[in-house]
Amino acid sequence: MTVVQADAEVATASAPAPGRRRGVPKAVLNLISVGLGIAIWWGFSLAGHDIPAPPEVLSRGRELVADGTLLDDVLASLGRVLAGFVLGVALAVPVGFLMGWYGMVRGLIEPWVQFFRTIPPLAIIPLAVVLLGIGETPKIFVIFLASFLACVIATFQGVVGVDKTLINAARVLGARDGTIFARVVVPASTPFILVGMRVGLGSSWATLVAAELIAAQQGLGYRMQSAQLYYDLPTIFVGLISIGVLGLLMDRILLFAERRLTHWQERR
Amino acid sequence: MIKLQHVRKVFADANFTALGDVSLDISDNEFVTVVGPSGCGKTTVMNILAGLDFPTGGQALVDGETISGPGPDRGVIFQQYALFPWLTVRKNVEFGLRTAGVPRAERRRTAEHFIDLVGLSDFADALPRTLSGGMKQRCAIARAYAVNPSILLMDEPFGAVDALTRVRLQEQLLRTWSQEKRTVVFITHDVDEAVFLANRVVVMAARPGRIVEVVDVDLPYPRTEEMRLSPAFTALRNRVWSAVYHQETVA
Ligand SMILES: Nc1ncnc2c1ncn2[C@@H]1O[C@H](COP(=O)(O)OP(=O)(O)OP(=O)(O)O)[C@@H](O)[C@H]1O
Ligand SMILES: [Mg+2]
Repeated sequence: MTVVQADAEVATASAPAPGRRRGVPKAVLNLISVGLGIAIWWGFSLAGHDIPAPPEVLSRGRELVADGTLLDDVLASLGRVLAGFVLGVALAVPVGFLMGWYGMVRGLIEPWVQFFRTIPPLAIIPLAVVLLGIGETPKIFVIFLASFLACVIATFQGVVGVDKTLINAARVLGARDGTIFARVVVPASTPFILVGMRVGLGSSWATLVAAELIAAQQGLGYRMQSAQLYYDLPTIFVGLISIGVLGLLMDRILLFAERRLTHWQERR
Repeated sequence: MIKLQHVRKVFADANFTALGDVSLDISDNEFVTVVGPSGCGKTTVMNILAGLDFPTGGQALVDGETISGPGPDRGVIFQQYALFPWLTVRKNVEFGLRTAGVPRAERRRTAEHFIDLVGLSDFADALPRTLSGGMKQRCAIARAYAVNPSILLMDEPFGAVDALTRVRLQEQLLRTWSQEKRTVVFITHDVDEAVFLANRVVVMAARPGRIVEVVDVDLPYPRTEEMRLSPAFTALRNRVWSAVYHQETVA
């Protein structure tokens, strides 16, 4: 019965796959879509909406690359995101595990996590700036908070959701708590943690740019902010596109890691 | 030697009496099957024997000692296969050996032996998600056998496989059992299967869970396909069947 059901699920799950996996049509469609988007953008700029045309943005992009500003900005922004993100994840994973494993830890920490989760990280910026100054610390702190909150909840849910039968299976094979934790709970919750990391990275990236809009001497957000003062639309466009492309790239890298680390999962 | 003495199990939170008063003795190297309708407490009995759950009344003993938790003397094969999905067949089979601190080379050799025994040699490095239901089940059997328990507790291990695979697995199980003698407690709700495998068939009924009849199966081993058609087998099957079936009216 279960087998029949599982087979049916696999069948429905993989039914559209041949079409998807042929790959080429999908890539072509994506390209067409991108081309269309650029065409519409161009159309708007021709219609005279004060929007810079793609070639204009492209040449500004070249200038910014040539004089090194873009690279500096990208490095500054990436450095902040990675610092905050790595710190956030490094703390979130053990805290999430403790919360999932020990009811007491959960009881103590959960209200705070739930409370801070309802506050958009951006709303913390004014406080962080006042308390931590306008250097790197408040920006990294806000990013840290964003990634920590996303990741801690995912980890915690992963640990709580570990299949009881797997834990029992380990117990009857002689495993004690430590072994069960390291060899069952950790691998079983890895998919959740990775999803949490992806969500965390997304929200870190979004938070970063906003943090840079407020106080920074470098970074993509800062560049756009100062371009705004001079009504320098092409630079703003270059900034936006860079943010989007970098965000997408980082997400793809994590997605790739996720696929590699959790390829054992059913249905994927 | 397994001894259940007036075992009761009440799930307090649900205020539900899963086992009323269950008493049963199982001697060493016996193959006992337990049949009964869904919800009659078969898994509950198994969990108690495995040490994963405890009776709320009476006593459950193995070799004269109260069961206080899981132990390497009792191997369990769960109703759901419960393979670790992130480990290959080989690593799954080695799991218990690793927790017991068996050195790598020996671990590998033992695992190899049992993987071979259940006919999964070609899939030793495959992940569970690539296996069929029957193969997963055989992997679970190899994993339980590998730690060399003297008691094997099997909860509807063939419930999720097709009829043909099921017959093969039954024969394979009996072959393995005759090669490496162990006490087996085998839960099923298939009456044919119960009679075909067992020295003794325990029939349970629900509400509250209890034993209504114990049927001795004095057919010789090895059991063959022809035996399934023999009058002796049919008579036993009918007896077990009516014990399972007629309990509604009795209760
Ligand atoms: N943790 C629990 N809390 C409350 N009730 C439970 C619990 N576990 C089992 N029960 C109840 O105890 C009864 C016996 O359950 P059990 O799982 O032992 O049945 P079973 O004979 O194995 O059934 P099946 O053939 O469907 O597997 C059921 O009615 C079930 O609802
Ligand atoms: Mg059951």
